[in-house]
Amino acid sequence: MSINDIFKQPIKVVNTGLASFQTNLETAGAESIQVNWRPPAEVSKESILLMEQFRERTDRANAEAMRIILSGKPVLIGMGKALDYIPGMRGDLILHSGSPVTWDRMCGPTRGAIMGALIYEGLAGSIEEAEVLAASGKISFAPCHEHASVGPMAGIISASMPVFIIQNETYGNLAYCTLNEGLGKVLRYGAFSPEVIEKLKWMEQVMYPILKTAIEKLGKIDLRNIISQALHMGDEVHNRNRAATSLFYRIITPAIVETCENKPDAIKVLNFINGNDHFFLNLSMPASKACLDAARDIPWSSIAVVMARNGTDFGVQLAGTGDQWFTGKSPVPDALFFPGYTKEDANPDIGDSAITETLGLGGFAIAAAPAIAQFVGGTAQDAVRYTLDMYQITAAENPLFQIPSLNFRGAPAGIDIRKVIEKNITPFIDTGVAHKNPGVGQVGAGVLSAPIEPFRKAYEGLAKTMKAG
Amino acid sequence: MIIRGLIKKGVYFDSVSLMRVARELNDLDGVIDSSVVMGTSENKAILGAVGLNLPHFEGSTETDVLIGIKARNETAAESALQHVEQLFNDLLKKKDANKDAGAYDLEDALTRLPGANLSLISIAGRYAAGEAMKALKKGLHVMIFSDNVGIEEEAELKTYAHSQRLLMMGPDCGTAILNGIPLGFANAVIPGDIGIVAASGTGLQEVSSVISNNGGGISQAIGTGGRDIKEAIGGIMFLDALQALREDDNTRVIVLISKPPHPSVQLKIAAAIRNFSKPVICILLGGDPEIMKEAGAISVKNLEEAGLMAVAVSKGGNPEGIGSQLAARSFEIQRTADQLSLQCKGKYVRGLFSGGTLCDEAQLLLKHMIGDVYSNVPLNPEFKLADMWKSRKNSIIDLGEDEFTVGRPHPMIDYTLRNKRILEEASDHETAIILLDVVLGFGSHPDPASELVPVIMKARETRPEILFIASVTGTEKDPQNRKVIIQKLENARVIVMPSNVAAAELCGQIILRLSQIIQK
Repeated sequence: MSINDIFKQPIKVVNTGLASFQTNLETAGAESIQVNWRPPAEVSKESILLMEQFRERTDRANAEAMRIILSGKPVLIGMGKALDYIPGMRGDLILHSGSPVTWDRMCGPTRGAIMGALIYEGLAGSIEEAEVLAASGKISFAPCHEHASVGPMAGIISASMPVFIIQNETYGNLAYCTLNEGLGKVLRYGAFSPEVIEKLKWMEQVMYPILKTAIEKLGKIDLRNIISQALHMGDEVHNRNRAATSLFYRIITPAIVETCENKPDAIKVLNFINGNDHFFLNLSMPASKACLDAARDIPWSSIAVVMARNGTDFGVQLAGTGDQWFTGKSPVPDALFFPGYTKEDANPDIGDSAITETLGLGGFAIAAAPAIAQFVGGTAQDAVRYTLDMYQITAAENPLFQIPSLNFRGAPAGIDIRKVIEKNITPFIDTGVAHKNPGVGQVGAGVLSAPIEPFRKAYEGLAKTMKAG
Repeated sequence: MIIRGLIKKGVYFDSVSLMRVARELNDLDGVIDSSVVMGTSENKAILGAVGLNLPHFEGSTETDVLIGIKARNETAAESALQHVEQLFNDLLKKKDANKDAGAYDLEDALTRLPGANLSLISIAGRYAAGEAMKALKKGLHVMIFSDNVGIEEEAELKTYAHSQRLLMMGPDCGTAILNGIPLGFANAVIPGDIGIVAASGTGLQEVSSVISNNGGGISQAIGTGGRDIKEAIGGIMFLDALQALREDDNTRVIVLISKPPHPSVQLKIAAAIRNFSKPVICILLGGDPEIMKEAGAISVKNLEEAGLMAVAVSKGGNPEGIGSQLAARSFEIQRTADQLSLQCKGKYVRGLFSGGTLCDEAQLLLKHMIGDVYSNVPLNPEFKLADMWKSRKNSIIDLGEDEFTVGRPHPMIDYTLRNKRILEEASDHETAIILLDVVLGFGSHPDPASELVPVIMKARETRPEILFIASVTGTEKDPQNRKVIIQKLENARVIVMPSNVAAAELCGQIILRLSQIIQK
């Protein structure tokens, strides 16, 4: 290499900055490419230096994390009551989505769902009583994520709720999630009216035993396989679960027919699943959780193992920083609202469902589900672009979860928060929108880019562990 | 008066795009001032300084656009804010249209343009060094157009580039021409055998244009950035570029352009050209030519002479002839000055420059003719203008200096500030001459005459006798076409001289005569 070499070559320019310079280069006949440069997110100089110093070590840790995450095999192995299965579950404990949050900081939907759960559990007789009890300090609250669980939207899990039990067959770890209640007035959106509680009771008393027996009959259901197929069928298994639900339905129906002697109940259960396009969400979420949990506690790794929102904060956990949460304010999604509602009604983004994006599904795989892009008036090309953007911040591609429109390229998997900071591109999430007041329910669906704040803190937090060695 | 603000969250635009938005807002009725910037802490400080930092900008980040508007009344502010939406929609559309073609970052760009060999960087200075180092590490030559890069960072970049035998042009390198390709603000010149190394952007533009306009041609023109010849950098790139041109078979004549280098750097350059195999023409504006002469260089006094000398040497002509040619022209200039000084009123020349080196050159020449002149960047510190917005006696102003360009595009692109200043100078009855440089080329304003002519006409409404003297740096192949621009200016009775130094010389001769008339 010498300076003179360039005198003998055609000039080929990478233009970073003023686009007019590129126009000039084109006019002058030079090949060039414009970089759509954006400033990196602001983090402390010290943490940048540490990240740079230990870059290779982090790369190695991330390779290990990705090997574990991508080799995870989530299967549905059974069902049970939360109290009997979820580690650390108690009668006076209520699990919620996102990072830890105290009652006084909880958003409307979470409060509403907690009040509903207290009535459901028989701990309160009325909403007023439930509110007093929730605020009294007699009830404990904890994130689902800290109890091997996940929950969509408010994500409320109380002791007697039935849960799916998912096992990561490769590593043996378990994950739990409640049953999906369908659309309309539902607990996960903070609704707590009598029909909400009634439906939950039916799910516990009628649906749960029928499903449990059918699953026992089948032995296990391979969720990874369903997700792989669903991506080829227009789902991204976060905001669109129509294909995955259909596939699940094909598997579970014969078993229900075979094991359920009460024909009217069997029909009701089958119709319930069939009528709820989101039924599989409560399986895709714990499936993602089971894969990611296996990669916890890998020192030096900058791969995110949790992104979750409690409706107040947006929280992130890393493989390399143990149980530490890094949080920032949760934003209100860009959404299409149901008639009669506007952005004014919307609660900030909420739910553990971003665990799907953390694994490389949902918004990351939205190119496989162009119908979702329409939620914000986007096009199929927009959907492809969102997914292409996510390759910029991920460590790997998942060969089992493929995107047909990208020539079956593996979905972008494993958020490397170093890339999030350096490129200042945050994860893209598709999501439902809850009304900000308790008791109302869902008001829209849309997309959002995660806020940068939790990633900044995570970056600096990981750097701190590097400094400590 | 009323102040209104708006935040656009989570979007990023380059500063030039945003300044264009601000400019359009300022043109609206009832808008007194506006500022449209990304929410970095530096920018917030700037907003604070102009009284546009609003309380709700607190907590905004570097990916938020902050829009502050100072308006005469509520209606004007409201309609300006509504117009903002329209302007941003236009910008976004443009951005989306570009997005498909653009790369995410350097790595992505390199996979999409294999064999890329040069990184041209014009992002905000605080990020430029980082991007430059990434490019150097990938084996790319680099040109940093941006300013506001620390001198320690510059030293680090250049030391690394030197070790890898790569070009590291800049920071603050406005111009280069590699293999005939103009980079940054450069002119469309004829290819040839004259190589240039310049620690001066407009110096390079002026010399390469003079060469091209006088039948010579350029092999390579390498800019180093103005600080390369300071002690802290030690001339690393200046020397490397010189060496590269020495080894380049297509370069037969070399021109070196800079302000006076640090003595230690000048000694290094002199050592490098001693026993040089190729003729070297050297112009150190205001520096000591003897050391270079003694080392074997042909020392010249100004940029035009450097260009003409290079052509003469390149064509095997007579270098001595250049001296007599210029002497003859000086005589002609004196005769022109005799005539013009008779029609002239006022006493002083007011130079309004967009090119820093051109401004220096004009000051230097005038100093020898009429003594020190006032400036915001004076040669003699005693002649520093107390208020850069207000001229005094003979004043030569560099409107491209940082103090004028904060939050505003460079005056070669945006004539707003210079136009305003022209009218102010014209309204001063002591002003006899307004001296202008007009710099053409890629990157500059697409039609400077369309900016200057109406303003000159307006100035003449109140001061019909005022003289406008200008030079036009550029070539006929430039997008603006030098010939066309000169014609338009001459139609507006602007006296267009063949070079910057000739324009300054004419001013000097006129001022001399005016002061003699006054003395009589």
